[in-house]
Amino acid sequence: MNVTLRFAWRNLWRHARRTWLTASAIAFSAALLVFMITLQLGAYDMMIDTSLRVYTGQLQVQRSGYLDKPQMRSTVPEAAALAAELRAAGFPAVAARAQGFALASSGSRSYGVPVSGVEPKYEPLVSTIPKRLAQGRYLREADAYEAVIGATLARNLKIKVGDELTLLGSGRDGSVAATIVPVVGIFDSGNPELDRHLVQLPLAAFQEVFSMGSDAHAIVLSGMELRELPKAATRARALLPADRELVVLEWQELLPGIEQAIEADMVQNWFTYIILIIVVTFSILNTFLMSVLERTREFGVMLALGATPYRIGSLVMVESVLLALLGLGIGLVVGGGLAVYFHLEGFTFPGMAELYAQFGLPGRIHAKLSFNAIAVGPAVIFLFTVVAALYPALRIRRLAPVEAMHAV
Amino acid sequence: MRKTPLLLTLAWRNLWRHRGRTAAILFALALGVWSMVALAALSRGSLESQLKKSIDNLTGHIQLHAPAYRDDPVIEHRLSPPDAPLTEALAHPSIRAWAGRVRVPAVVASERESAGVVLLGIDPEQERKVSFIGSAITSGRYLEASDEPGLLLGRKLAEQLETELGRRVVLMSQDVNNTVADRGFRVVGIFDGEPQAIETGFVFVGRATAQQMLGMGDALSEIVVRADDRNRLEAPLAALRAAAPTLDTEPWSVVEPLLTLTEKVVNVILIVWYAIVFAAMSFGLVNTLLMAVFERTREFGLFQALGMPPRNILGQVLTESVILLGIALALGNVAAWATVRALKNGLDLSAFAEGFEMFGVSPIIYPALTATDVTAANGLVAVLGLVASLYPAWRAARHVPVEALTRV
Repeated sequence: MNVTLRFAWRNLWRHARRTWLTASAIAFSAALLVFMITLQLGAYDMMIDTSLRVYTGQLQVQRSGYLDKPQMRSTVPEAAALAAELRAAGFPAVAARAQGFALASSGSRSYGVPVSGVEPKYEPLVSTIPKRLAQGRYLREADAYEAVIGATLARNLKIKVGDELTLLGSGRDGSVAATIVPVVGIFDSGNPELDRHLVQLPLAAFQEVFSMGSDAHAIVLSGMELRELPKAATRARALLPADRELVVLEWQELLPGIEQAIEADMVQNWFTYIILIIVVTFSILNTFLMSVLERTREFGVMLALGATPYRIGSLVMVESVLLALLGLGIGLVVGGGLAVYFHLEGFTFPGMAELYAQFGLPGRIHAKLSFNAIAVGPAVIFLFTVVAALYPALRIRRLAPVEAMHAV
Repeated sequence: MRKTPLLLTLAWRNLWRHRGRTAAILFALALGVWSMVALAALSRGSLESQLKKSIDNLTGHIQLHAPAYRDDPVIEHRLSPPDAPLTEALAHPSIRAWAGRVRVPAVVASERESAGVVLLGIDPEQERKVSFIGSAITSGRYLEASDEPGLLLGRKLAEQLETELGRRVVLMSQDVNNTVADRGFRVVGIFDGEPQAIETGFVFVGRATAQQMLGMGDALSEIVVRADDRNRLEAPLAALRAAAPTLDTEPWSVVEPLLTLTEKVVNVILIVWYAIVFAAMSFGLVNTLLMAVFERTREFGLFQALGMPPRNILGQVLTESVILLGIALALGNVAAWATVRALKNGLDLSAFAEGFEMFGVSPIIYPALTATDVTAANGLVAVLGLVASLYPAWRAARHVPVEALTRV
């Protein structure tokens, strides 16, 4: 084996230029894949994280059926108490929310908007809105009559901090729900939908205005590792009272668009990666093929000296593998370097920031550094390269010593 | 006179001295070209359907508003119906149809639920010619007159409001005096839309009915125009602007900046993809030509010794490259064309429908080959391919005859 290895290494450098050219083809594709895959996975994490952190949360407890038809009367009973129980059971970030709809009016303008009742003490744990105030402050007391609203909505209503906002809607029992509250804060969450629509009240005030008793519509859980979520969901399910038709929904159900967008993007990207790898494989197949064809005479001599076709075949395979490893090594260094750089600096291109802002996403993607993200591309290339090297290696079994020695 | 055919014959025969090698590189090149053209056709097709959908839905080709309306779309910013000069401009030969609309934010409420929507007051016959709504009714009927009391509701919104065909709903919106006007309507038709946001975001009533409800006389919120060609709007735009200098007259690309932005991003992605595939292909091309050159060192030496000038040797290698590139381009383009033909009825990615919906993209992609994309891909491969072959060709021409002859 040792001899074979040395043989193979020396054979590689008989045509240094060709070896370098082939190695750079492999290095190029490996570097590119490392770069693109780390970036792609970074983008997915960013999408999931940003979308969940703004408002939705990672898990939600809801009345079954509420997700599809968000109606006032599909409530979670005793929501604040249940949230406290979950908190006591060790969930790091838990907050109850109630959601309704009202006609919001300032002196001169009216818009129909969703209104949500939140627990001012716990909401900052599950949503970034409390931290993204452009003016004023966030809600403080659970039973205070005050509101925070989105920046675009504030602009459309022509309302400032300190102005009064009239809310007119219907309560859970169909009664009229009306109140006048001062606006204490205006938030700019970066998510156009929320900024254009959302009004938040403290939960207790909301429950009173909308005749909700002590019910709410969702308990939002957050602050966990994404890969721990299925386990956390199971644990939360076990803690729910059995007779209330409550369900624990994971983010994939809350925002099905994101997961499907990721899957669609994944399919599309792998389609392009595979094409790229095939193009490169066929480009280097020729190198392998030539290195066998041009040495027909040499192999003839080796056969005549008693080397088995198997041994020569493995020599050729070892050469190809060494060549592939050389290229992959360079590719990993270059691609890894790019990945580290874009992990720290973030990646962007013209138009991306504006396009992403439309969906409330930041304009920079930070590459994801993980073993899988870095290794999967080069691994696939290695696989394709080895398969390509098999064909010339197997040709050697067709050689007959005497004829081979006479070949030009 | 005989020189060129001689070179061509030589190059052609040389290529087929190693069938396997030539076939492998041809496959790699053709696959690369195919992927360039096919990917361009798919992205263009997806972009095109997004554009078409948006224009067909409500955007139209040109919109006219009161100056502040686009920034702040409320009843305050209204415009008078077209006067004589504007009516004349709207009869411009390249304008196919136009319609006036009332378009203001409103709240729609059933007995059980309410939701924020945009109220559209339309002239049924004109609107049919500029937007989707005329052909989107899936149960009930379309509006019959501008002053009729019926209302059209999206399927998803009807579901959310727990109402149905024939039931009554109440619309509330701010009237010209800044007080909230409300009026009951009977749901006479249910429409389907794509994306689903259309179904939940808009309700349609007669224009005159809306004007009367909101006390706006004969004023409108917008005039939407449909021309012959969405890419040649300069003439009608100029005519409209000259006829109504005080109005804000803009083409779809300004009204929906997201569409132009998406187009820009698609262009960047395609160029990057072209560059990557080309780089991968050129490694193979250069490597293969280099091999072909080195194994014929003796032959080239002989040619030179017999008096063939170096430039003919250069020409011979370049001719081989041209033949390779030509065949690969032909194969790649034919394959791409066949792919586009095969997907004529659309590439159905409905499995990821909600993901596409999230970004406002239709899940069924109809590939669209454009001359620009095909030319760009072919031109890039042909020109840069030749440039890349200069190196092996130059290597071949450089050999000193005697040295080359004695080399094995």
